[in-house]
Amino acid sequence: MNKVQLYVLVAVLALVGLGLFLYKAFFLGFPLKPKTRSQVWNVEARVTFVGENRPVKVSLFIPSSTTRFAVVDEHFVSSGYGLLATLEEGNRKAVWSVRRASGKQSLYYQAVVRAVRTRAASGRTEEPAITSQPFTGPKLEAAKTIIELARSRSADTPTMISELISSFNRAQPDENVAALLGPNPTVLRKTEIAVRVLGQAGIPARVIRGISLEENSGDFSKKVALVQWLEVYHNKRWLSFDPYRGKTPVPTKWLPWWWGNQNLAQIEGGSKLNVVLSVSPKVEEGLTAAVTSGAISKPLLLRFSLFGLPVNTQAVYRIMFLIPVGAFLLVIMRNVIGVKTFGTFMPVLIGLAFRETGLLWGILFFTVVVTLGLWVRFYLERLKLLLVPRLSAVLITVILLMAGISILTHNLGIHRGLSVALFPLVILTMTIERMSIVWEERGAYEAIISGLGSLLTAALAFLVMNIKLIEHLVFVFPELLLILLAATMLLGRYTGYRLSDIYRFRSLARE
Amino acid sequence: MIKTLREKGILAINRRNAEYTFGYNPRRLYPLVDDKLRTKQLAQAGGISVPELYGVVEAPGQVRGLSELLKRYEDFVLKPAHGSGGQGILVISERLNGNFRQVDGLVMTRDELNFHIFNVLSGLYSLGGQTDAAMIEYRVVFDPVFDAVSYKGVPDIRIVVFLGVPVMSMIRLPTRASGGKANLHQGAIGAGIDLATGTTLSGVLGNDIVTRHPDTLNSFTGLEIPCWNDLLRLASRCYGLTGLGYLGVDIVLDKEKGPLLLELNARPGLNIQIANKAGLLPRLHLVEKEHEKLSDVEDRVEFAKDRFAA
Repeated sequence: MNKVQLYVLVAVLALVGLGLFLYKAFFLGFPLKPKTRSQVWNVEARVTFVGENRPVKVSLFIPSSTTRFAVVDEHFVSSGYGLLATLEEGNRKAVWSVRRASGKQSLYYQAVVRAVRTRAASGRTEEPAITSQPFTGPKLEAAKTIIELARSRSADTPTMISELISSFNRAQPDENVAALLGPNPTVLRKTEIAVRVLGQAGIPARVIRGISLEENSGDFSKKVALVQWLEVYHNKRWLSFDPYRGKTPVPTKWLPWWWGNQNLAQIEGGSKLNVVLSVSPKVEEGLTAAVTSGAISKPLLLRFSLFGLPVNTQAVYRIMFLIPVGAFLLVIMRNVIGVKTFGTFMPVLIGLAFRETGLLWGILFFTVVVTLGLWVRFYLERLKLLLVPRLSAVLITVILLMAGISILTHNLGIHRGLSVALFPLVILTMTIERMSIVWEERGAYEAIISGLGSLLTAALAFLVMNIKLIEHLVFVFPELLLILLAATMLLGRYTGYRLSDIYRFRSLARE
Repeated sequence: MIKTLREKGILAINRRNAEYTFGYNPRRLYPLVDDKLRTKQLAQAGGISVPELYGVVEAPGQVRGLSELLKRYEDFVLKPAHGSGGQGILVISERLNGNFRQVDGLVMTRDELNFHIFNVLSGLYSLGGQTDAAMIEYRVVFDPVFDAVSYKGVPDIRIVVFLGVPVMSMIRLPTRASGGKANLHQGAIGAGIDLATGTTLSGVLGNDIVTRHPDTLNSFTGLEIPCWNDLLRLASRCYGLTGLGYLGVDIVLDKEKGPLLLELNARPGLNIQIANKAGLLPRLHLVEKEHEKLSDVEDRVEFAKDRFAA
C-alpha cells in the first residue's frame, strides 16, 4: 500500500520534472550547456565625490547599445537625486542633481551588457561633420607630411589609417610625428592627435573611450581601466582601429562607453570627483541572451523562475542547488555502497567548502583542524567536562584553530589559507565530537575508517558539485531536482545489499 | 557473492530498517525500550523477572540522600537509564569503610561515585546527550556455566524475537578486548545458539567465524544453556509487553534467580547471523506467513523450537 503510494509519487515527480525539463530545453530553447557563445557582463560605474553643502550636478557618460553590444537592464542607484538621461552628440549621458549635498556621496550606474552578433549593415549613419580642432603653423605642415607619407604607403583609407597608427607607435618616431605627439605621449594622446590629423585630411574620425570586458581569472568584480581607440568614418559606417596594433576592428571584448575628448564624469558644485568602473561576468551567461533576443518565447515562465531574482540571490541559489546533488551522492555512498561517514550531511557541506579552498588544500586544512581539534578534545575528556560546556569548548577551539591557520598561512604567503574561514565550523565541531566518541567507544580503527569515509565522500561530493555542466543544469533547470527527489525517495526504499555488506558477511558468503 | 548472500537469506541493514524496524516497530514505542527504567517497570508489571531496582537518582539534589539507600546493600550496579553500548555502568562488588570496590578491583571513594552520578545525570553517557537518570539495581551473580569461556564481565543472551516468535539467538561472551563488556562492537564474541536445544554453536568475533575464546582458549561450542525454555518464553512475552514486532531481548542468567531481563533493543544488530551461520530472512518470512496461527507464548516457542533448529 505504502509502496504503491511511493511509486505513484515518484512517477509523478519524475514525469513533472522530466516534462518541464524537456519543454524548457527543446521548446523554449534554454541552453543545455554552460558555455554558449553569447556572453553577458554586469558593468558598474561608481561615482564618488564630496558635497560642499550646495547644489550639485554630476554628469556621467553611459554606454549605448552598438552593433556588437546590447546594453540592457540599466539601474541608477542614487537616492535623493534627480536623474535625467540625455543624448548629447551621440553620447548618452546621465545627469544627477540635488539641491544640497554634503559629505561623501556615492552614485551608481549599473547595467547588463550582452554581446550580440548583428551584421554591421545596421551601422550606417549620416556622414558626420569634422569637428576636430585644426592644426596651425608648423604643426599643420607636420600633419600634412604625415598624411602624405601614410597615403603613399597604402592602398585605401583603412590601410592608410593602419599605416598612420603604426607610424605613431614606432619606438623612434620621425620628427613630424614627434612634433605633434610631444614627449611621452599616452595612448589617449596619440589617438586624439590621430583624430586631428585625419580631420586635417578630411576624414571624419573620433576617439572612442571604453572598457575591456576580457575575462579575468574568476574575480567576481574587477576594477577596470579605460581603453581608447580610434574610429574612422569610411564607406558610410564607422570603422574602429586598435591604437596599439593599428588593426581593424578592435578586439571584440572592448565595450565602447562614450566618444570625444570630455572626461567620463563632470561635476558642478562638488569636489574630489572619482569614478570607478567595474566589470563582472554575469552568471546566467547565455540565458539572458536567449530571453531578450526573443528565442525564449514564454516570459511568464521566466518571471516565475530564478532568473527573475536579484543577481546576488541567484548566486546563493546557484550554490544551494548543488547541495541536493551532493546529498544524492551521499545517499548512494551510504545506502548503496555503505561508506561510513560522520554526521549525515557533513561530507556535503565540507565538499561545498572545498569549492572555496580547492580540493588538496581543503583536505589538508580539514585534516589539520580535525586532528588538532581531536587532540584538544581528548584532553578535555580527561577533565571530565559535562556535555554542553565541552561542546562549546571544542567549538571555541575550532574557531581559534581556523584563525590560527589563516594567520599562519597568510604570513607564509599561502593565499589559500584564508579560505579556511569558509569551513562550516559547527559541522567541524560536531565531527570532532562524534569522532572522539566513536574513538572511545569503538576504537581508533573505527574512528579513522569513518573519518576517511567522510573525507572520501566530501572529496567526491566536491568533484561532482564542481562539474560546471551540473551546476548549470540544476540552476537553469531546477525541475531536475524533482527527478533527483524522486530518485532519492526510491533509494529510500532500497532494501538490497550494500557493497559493504558483502565484506561484512563475507564469512557467510564464502561457503 | 551477492547471490550467495541472497540465497542464504542474509538480512542486511537497508532491509532491516526499511522492512522490519520501520515496518513492525512504531516509533512511539521506542521510549519503552530506550529508557531502561520504563523497560524494567513494564517487565515487572508483566510478571517478568528483572534485576531488582534498589533506587533511582533523577535529579542532582537526590545524590545526597543516596547514602541511606546504599547503606542497605553490600553490592550493586549503577547504570544510566538511557545508556548505550554499556557506557557508564559501574559494578560495585564490595564496600570498604565507606569506599566502594568495583569488580575489576579498583576502589572508588564516595566523592568519585557522586561525580560519576552527576555525569550520568548530565547525559554524558546517554544517546544524544539528553539529561538522564541513574539506576541502582541488584548485581547479577552469573551462572558459572560460562566461566570457562568469558573474560571477567557479563555474558548475556540475546534472542531476536519477531512477532513473538524467537527467530535467532546468541550468547555474548566478554573478552579482554571488549573490556569485560558483552558488546560485539567492542570485541566481545557472539556464539550462536541452537533454538531447539539451547546448545551453543560456533561464534563471531568481529566479522569472522571462531570457535574458541581468544583469552581462555576454551572452545565454546556445545555448551548447554540452563533453563532454555524459560528463556525462550521470557523473550516471547516481551512482544506482547511492548508491542514491538522486531525486538532484541537481552537476558542474563542469575545463579539463584534464573533468567532476568536486562534490556530490550528495537534495532538489534545483524552479526547474530554470522554467529549462527544462517540468514534471518527465511525465518522472518516463515513467521510472517504463519504467525496468525500462533495464539500464545507456548505456541510461539514450540514453533520456534520446531522450525528453527540448527
